[in-house]
Amino acid sequence: MAIKGTLKKARLEDLLAVLGKSHRIIGPKAEGGAVVMEEIGYKDIPSGVRDLQWPGGCRLLPGKDSQVFSFSPGPDSFKRFLHPPASELFAFKRNGAKIDFLPAPKIAERPMAFFTVRPCDLSALKLYDKIFLGGPVADQAYESLRRGSLVVALNCLYPGDNCFCLSMGTGPEARDGFDIQMTELEDSFLLEEGSAKGAEILEQLSLGQAGADEISAKRRRIESCKAAFKKSIAAHELPGIIYANLGHPHWDDIARRDLECGNCTQVCPTCFCSTSYDYAALGGIAAGGAVSGKRFRKWDSCFSRSFARVHSGNFRLSRKARYRHWMAHKLAYTQAQFGLSGCVGCGRCITWCPAGIDITAELEALRHV
Amino acid sequence: MAKPTIGIFKFTSCDGCQLSIFNLEEEFLQIAGLMEIAYFQEGQDAPGGNGFQAGAAHFDLAVVEGSISTELQSKELLGIRENSSRLITIGACATAGGVQALRNWADVSKFKASEYPAPGAVEALAESTPISAHVHVDYELWGCPINSAEFSEVLASFLLGKTPGVPGYSLCMECKRKGIPCVLVAGQAPCLGPVTRAGCGVLCPSLNRACYGCFGPKEGANIKALMRIFQGFGYTENQCRLMLDKLNTYKFREMEEKG
Repeated sequence: MAIKGTLKKARLEDLLAVLGKSHRIIGPKAEGGAVVMEEIGYKDIPSGVRDLQWPGGCRLLPGKDSQVFSFSPGPDSFKRFLHPPASELFAFKRNGAKIDFLPAPKIAERPMAFFTVRPCDLSALKLYDKIFLGGPVADQAYESLRRGSLVVALNCLYPGDNCFCLSMGTGPEARDGFDIQMTELEDSFLLEEGSAKGAEILEQLSLGQAGADEISAKRRRIESCKAAFKKSIAAHELPGIIYANLGHPHWDDIARRDLECGNCTQVCPTCFCSTSYDYAALGGIAAGGAVSGKRFRKWDSCFSRSFARVHSGNFRLSRKARYRHWMAHKLAYTQAQFGLSGCVGCGRCITWCPAGIDITAELEALRHV
Repeated sequence: MAKPTIGIFKFTSCDGCQLSIFNLEEEFLQIAGLMEIAYFQEGQDAPGGNGFQAGAAHFDLAVVEGSISTELQSKELLGIRENSSRLITIGACATAGGVQALRNWADVSKFKASEYPAPGAVEALAESTPISAHVHVDYELWGCPINSAEFSEVLASFLLGKTPGVPGYSLCMECKRKGIPCVLVAGQAPCLGPVTRAGCGVLCPSLNRACYGCFGPKEGANIKALMRIFQGFGYTENQCRLMLDKLNTYKFREMEEKG
């Protein structure tokens, strides 16, 4: 029988204490007018902070809500922790025809517990696991960070104004891919086991009994969240609507507004593209021709011109082509590549686009204009 | 094998980019170990201009700071180019005309008359132009001043015969990698990050300040679209103009016209 129980809100610190025994806790923190994700302690949780998000804008509101988790996801996700923005892949030494490779130093840090992963991001994490671990060769860097990690999911009770997970079929309720799921109730959190690892954590807490009342309170809250969504996407027409409209004039309209700054790709929890480059400092170059250096990987974006620059040319020169490629990758190509949607409905690309380009509205325009 | 020779030259500029080379400190000494520094006025006691005689020396690499502002400079530059295998520019002046290119959209004779007792003695051309407007440039490094680490990367790449790992994408990319909350989206600040080249290490947004574009336009910057956003914040067309008309005016305007 799966463990299920309630934790008084005043005792939330107990959960973090148990998680903190074995894991670094990666969770939400208010910073610079947004809720970001960092290694946190209990006191960092922006309890009661509310946020307002609109296309191209985000503001934290003054005043406190009676609920602990009243904010929607900020720009960060698990992504920056499992697929770091920049990391060393290996070091090399070349002397004449002889090249030696040295593995990057192992970072001996405790595994991470992702605290309050939203249901949209659970879907993104599932896709990441497939991309980085599901192929014939697992990505070592990802594997070493993912192995031993814990996922504490949080059911969403308030949709952000840019959220559309309901229509994407990824939220607002966590279904799988977590070790523990949390639902905020009136005075307590309902905690439910999702895995044996999660059960071990829950066993260390003194939980109250979760009966029919708590379960129906959870249901009620999630149903009222579902009724509050403002944004939706025509997921049932995907990916056909993309493939049928690759020559649509609306792409030109988007290109007029598109800054091609790459923000959407950097905040997207499923965008995984990276580039690698070799770095040899002047100190690593010997006058005789020997070179020592390092190969790094860092996040890239299909909005960068260099992304499609190959020997003797660039195969995606127009701004329109770059935006179309990104949107098509999110809404069509990822499905073909990995069998999962490349869009999870988190709405981050809408909020953090300085131009406020709204993927749901652009898709609507492709359908109707 | 002989060490490759490097010449470091300057035209109209503040010398700040050359000082950034000194700021490499220990690495600067490594340059001296790997290359023959054949010309570098900033680094020697004897005064003088570029004073360079065509054919007097050959440079494997010429590094040029500063924009072309006088007739004499344009001639000297041709001499440098003719005698160099590779030529790179460093900084906003050499790469984008510098702050002095603001005069390209004004009347220089009026400035001369209002600022100098003998305006006739001022030999300034009507326009300040980047090095690329005069000669072929093999590589351009942006910034006011340049980032020392990028300069070192360009030199190392020159020595190794590889493409420098210097980005041409937006500052936003660096900002997001560093996890800095967006001052434009979360602060509604008129940040030029989305149209500006990365490379500075996100100096301003890390201090919660809007980027003012000292690294110049990124590849494919959509400047008109960003200005429409700022106008939506309440800035007038003229205020937007002034945001762009700073250190890289020449290149921001060129990019803006391209759309």
